[in-house]
Amino acid sequence: MNVTVRVFASYADALGADRATVTVPDPATVGAVRTAIAALSPKLPPRPIIAVNEEYATDDVPISPGDEVAVIPPVAGG
Amino acid sequence: MSRSGIVAAPIDVAAITDEVRDPHTGAVATFLGTVRDSSDSRTVTGLEYSAYTGMAEREMQAIVREAIAIAPGVRIVAVHRVGNLAVGEVCVMIAAAHAHRGPAFDACRYAIEEIKKRVPIWKREHYSDGSSEWVNACAPDAHAPHPEDAHA
Repeated sequence: MNVTVRVFASYADALGADRATVTVPDPATVGAVRTAIAALSPKLPPRPIIAVNEEYATDDVPISPGDEVAVIPPVAGG
Repeated sequence: MSRSGIVAAPIDVAAITDEVRDPHTGAVATFLGTVRDSSDSRTVTGLEYSAYTGMAEREMQAIVREAIAIAPGVRIVAVHRVGNLAVGEVCVMIAAAHAHRGPAFDACRYAIEEIKKRVPIWKREHYSDGSSEWVNACAPDAHAPHPEDAHA
Protein backbone atom coordinates (compact mmCIF):
# COMPACT_ATOMS: atom_id res chain seq x y z
CA MET A 1 0.00 0.00 0.00
CA ASN A 2 1.24 3.50 -0.83
CA VAL A 3 0.96 5.98 2.03
CA THR A 4 1.44 9.70 1.46
CA VAL A 5 2.76 11.47 4.52
CA ARG A 6 2.79 15.17 5.35
CA VAL A 7 6.22 16.43 6.35
CA PHE A 8 7.05 19.58 8.31
CA ALA A 9 9.85 21.94 9.33
CA SER A 10 13.33 20.41 9.57
CA TYR A 11 12.14 17.10 8.14
CA ALA A 12 10.66 18.88 5.12
CA ASP A 13 14.02 20.58 4.60
CA ALA A 14 15.77 17.20 4.85
CA LEU A 15 13.48 15.65 2.25
CA GLY A 16 13.17 18.74 0.07
CA ALA A 17 9.38 18.40 0.05
CA ASP A 18 6.39 18.78 2.35
CA ARG A 19 4.94 15.40 1.34
CA ALA A 20 6.46 11.99 0.81
CA THR A 21 5.04 8.70 -0.37
CA VAL A 22 6.23 5.37 1.00
CA THR A 23 5.22 1.81 0.16
CA VAL A 24 4.49 -0.53 3.07
CA PRO A 25 3.01 -4.05 3.29
CA ASP A 26 -0.74 -4.48 3.71
CA PRO A 27 -2.24 -4.04 6.22
CA ALA A 28 -0.37 -0.78 6.76
CA THR A 29 0.60 0.21 10.28
CA VAL A 30 2.25 3.23 11.86
CA GLY A 31 5.27 1.10 12.74
CA ALA A 32 5.90 0.19 9.12
CA VAL A 33 5.44 3.78 7.97
CA ARG A 34 7.91 5.04 10.60
CA THR A 35 10.59 2.68 9.34
CA ALA A 36 9.91 3.51 5.70
CA ILE A 37 9.99 7.28 6.32
CA ALA A 38 13.27 7.02 8.22
CA ALA A 39 14.83 5.23 5.26
CA LEU A 40 14.15 8.22 2.98
CA SER A 41 16.98 10.33 4.41
CA PRO A 42 19.93 9.86 6.77
CA LYS A 43 18.97 13.24 8.23
CA LEU A 44 15.79 11.73 9.74
CA PRO A 45 15.85 9.84 13.05
CA PRO A 46 15.39 6.05 12.93
CA ARG A 47 11.96 6.19 14.54
CA PRO A 48 10.26 9.51 13.78
CA ILE A 49 7.02 10.37 15.56
CA ILE A 50 3.89 9.79 13.46
CA ALA A 51 0.40 11.30 13.71
CA VAL A 52 -2.68 9.75 12.12
CA ASN A 53 -5.72 11.94 11.56
CA GLU A 54 -4.13 14.67 13.71
CA GLU A 55 -3.39 12.47 16.74
CA TYR A 56 -0.07 11.02 17.92
CA ALA A 57 -0.11 7.34 17.00
CA THR A 58 1.65 4.25 18.35
CA ASP A 59 3.23 1.57 16.14
CA ASP A 60 0.22 -0.74 16.24
CA VAL A 61 -2.25 1.81 14.85
CA PRO A 62 -3.57 0.71 11.44
CA ILE A 63 -3.53 3.09 8.48
CA SER A 64 -6.41 3.02 6.03
CA PRO A 65 -6.78 4.72 2.65
CA GLY A 66 -7.86 8.30 3.21
CA ASP A 67 -6.21 8.66 6.62
CA GLU A 68 -4.10 11.77 7.05
CA VAL A 69 -0.63 10.66 8.08
CA ALA A 70 2.07 13.10 9.19
CA VAL A 71 5.61 12.84 10.51
CA ILE A 72 6.20 15.17 13.45
CA PRO A 73 9.68 16.63 14.15
CA PRO A 74 10.56 17.57 17.73
CA VAL A 75 8.21 20.41 18.60
CA ALA A 76 9.36 23.90 19.57
CA GLY A 77 6.32 25.97 20.47
CA GLY A 78 6.35 28.60 23.17
CA MET B 1 -15.77 31.07 27.67
CA SER B 2 -12.53 29.20 27.20
CA ARG B 3 -10.87 28.82 23.82
CA SER B 4 -7.58 28.29 22.04
CA GLY B 5 -6.13 28.90 18.63
CA ILE B 6 -3.27 29.21 16.21
CA VAL B 7 -3.15 32.77 14.89
CA ALA B 8 -1.21 34.70 12.25
CA ALA B 9 -2.05 38.20 13.49
CA PRO B 10 -0.29 39.88 16.42
CA ILE B 11 -1.64 38.76 19.83
CA ASP B 12 -3.69 41.47 21.54
CA VAL B 13 -2.64 40.95 25.17
CA ALA B 14 -5.08 43.45 26.67
CA ALA B 15 -8.05 42.08 24.74
CA ILE B 16 -7.35 38.48 25.73
CA THR B 17 -6.82 39.46 29.37
CA ASP B 18 -10.20 41.18 29.36
CA GLU B 19 -11.80 38.25 27.56
CA VAL B 20 -11.34 35.84 30.49
CA ARG B 21 -12.50 38.27 33.17
CA ASP B 22 -16.01 38.38 34.56
CA PRO B 23 -17.59 39.59 37.82
CA HIS B 24 -16.65 36.33 39.60
CA THR B 25 -12.95 36.74 38.78
CA GLY B 26 -10.59 37.41 41.64
CA ALA B 27 -7.38 36.50 39.83
CA VAL B 28 -6.06 36.48 36.29
CA ALA B 29 -2.78 34.67 35.65
CA THR B 30 -1.20 35.44 32.31
CA PHE B 31 1.87 34.04 30.60
CA LEU B 32 3.51 35.66 27.60
CA GLY B 33 6.20 33.97 25.57
CA THR B 34 8.26 36.61 23.78
CA VAL B 35 10.98 36.52 21.15
CA ARG B 36 14.41 36.78 22.78
CA ASP B 37 17.37 38.43 21.06
CA SER B 38 19.84 35.64 21.73
CA SER B 39 20.12 31.85 21.66
CA ASP B 40 23.21 29.99 22.91
CA SER B 41 25.22 33.24 22.65
CA ARG B 42 24.17 33.83 19.01
CA THR B 43 22.34 37.04 18.15
CA VAL B 44 18.77 36.33 17.05
CA THR B 45 17.15 38.82 14.69
CA GLY B 46 13.77 37.09 14.40
CA LEU B 47 11.84 33.85 14.59
CA GLU B 48 9.69 31.98 12.14
CA TYR B 49 7.00 29.72 13.59
CA SER B 50 5.15 27.15 11.54
CA ALA B 51 2.51 24.65 12.61
CA TYR B 52 0.62 21.58 11.55
CA THR B 53 -2.40 23.80 12.01
CA GLY B 54 -5.24 21.31 12.29
CA MET B 55 -3.43 19.06 14.75
CA ALA B 56 -1.98 22.02 16.67
CA GLU B 57 -5.48 23.40 17.18
CA ARG B 58 -6.74 20.00 18.37
CA GLU B 59 -3.88 19.66 20.85
CA MET B 60 -4.42 23.20 22.13
CA GLN B 61 -8.11 22.44 22.65
CA ALA B 62 -7.24 19.25 24.53
CA ILE B 63 -4.79 21.16 26.73
CA VAL B 64 -7.44 23.77 27.57
CA ARG B 65 -9.87 20.99 28.54
CA GLU B 66 -7.21 19.37 30.73
CA ALA B 67 -6.39 22.69 32.39
CA ILE B 68 -10.06 23.15 33.24
CA ALA B 69 -10.13 19.61 34.67
CA ILE B 70 -7.22 20.32 37.02
CA ALA B 71 -8.54 23.79 37.93
CA PRO B 72 -12.35 23.56 37.86
CA GLY B 73 -14.04 26.87 37.30
CA VAL B 74 -11.10 28.43 35.46
CA ARG B 75 -11.71 30.34 32.24
CA ILE B 76 -8.72 30.08 29.96
CA VAL B 77 -7.61 31.38 26.59
CA ALA B 78 -4.47 29.97 24.94
CA VAL B 79 -3.20 31.28 21.61
CA HIS B 80 0.02 30.67 19.69
CA ARG B 81 1.18 32.77 16.80
CA VAL B 82 2.72 31.52 13.55
CA GLY B 83 4.66 33.35 10.85
CA ASN B 84 7.62 35.70 11.11
CA LEU B 85 8.07 37.44 14.46
CA ALA B 86 10.50 40.18 15.42
CA VAL B 87 12.48 40.35 18.67
CA GLY B 88 10.16 41.35 21.51
CA GLU B 89 6.93 40.19 19.90
CA VAL B 90 4.55 37.86 21.75
CA CYS B 91 4.57 34.33 20.31
CA VAL B 92 2.28 32.63 22.83
CA MET B 93 -0.20 33.83 25.44
CA ILE B 94 -2.12 32.04 28.17
CA ALA B 95 -4.70 33.90 30.25
CA ALA B 96 -6.42 32.00 33.07
CA ALA B 97 -9.08 33.58 35.27
CA HIS B 98 -10.56 32.18 38.46
CA ALA B 99 -12.15 33.37 41.66
CA HIS B 100 -8.83 32.60 43.40
CA ARG B 101 -5.19 32.84 42.38
CA GLY B 102 -4.17 29.22 43.04
CA PRO B 103 -6.25 27.61 40.31
CA ALA B 104 -5.48 30.52 37.94
CA PHE B 105 -1.73 29.97 38.32
CA ASP B 106 -2.12 26.18 38.11
CA ALA B 107 -4.09 26.29 34.87
CA CYS B 108 -1.76 28.85 33.30
CA ARG B 109 1.37 26.87 34.16
CA TYR B 110 -0.14 23.59 33.04
CA ALA B 111 -1.16 25.03 29.68
CA ILE B 112 2.20 26.54 28.74
CA GLU B 113 4.17 23.47 29.82
CA GLU B 114 1.93 21.15 27.78
CA ILE B 115 1.99 23.45 24.75
CA LYS B 116 5.78 23.29 24.76
CA LYS B 117 5.75 19.49 25.07
CA ARG B 118 3.24 18.39 22.50
CA VAL B 119 1.68 21.00 20.20
CA PRO B 120 3.10 20.51 16.68
CA ILE B 121 4.67 23.93 16.21
CA TRP B 122 8.21 24.51 14.97
CA LYS B 123 10.57 27.43 15.30
CA ARG B 124 13.33 28.59 12.99
CA GLU B 125 15.76 31.10 14.43
CA HIS B 126 17.27 33.72 12.16
CA TYR B 127 20.71 35.02 13.22
CA SER B 128 22.57 38.27 12.70
CA ASP B 129 25.04 36.56 10.34
CA GLY B 130 22.18 35.76 7.93
CA SER B 131 22.00 32.05 8.77
CA SER B 132 19.00 30.23 10.27
CA GLU B 133 18.29 26.96 12.05
CA TRP B 134 15.30 24.92 13.19
CA VAL B 135 15.26 24.68 16.96
CA ASN B 136 14.74 21.14 18.23
CA ALA B 137 13.17 21.73 21.60
CA CYS B 138 11.04 18.81 22.65
CA ALA B 139 10.18 15.37 21.32
CA PRO B 140 6.42 14.94 21.81
CA ASP B 141 6.13 12.26 24.47
CA ALA B 142 2.65 12.61 25.89
CA HIS B 143 1.18 10.04 23.57
CA ALA B 144 4.08 8.54 21.71
CA PRO B 145 5.51 5.19 22.75
CA HIS B 146 9.22 5.87 22.23
CA PRO B 147 9.93 9.59 22.56
CA GLU B 148 13.69 9.00 22.72
CA ASP B 149 13.50 7.63 19.19
CA ALA B 150 12.58 11.04 17.84
CA HIS B 151 16.08 12.37 18.44
CA ALA B 152 18.34 12.05 15.45
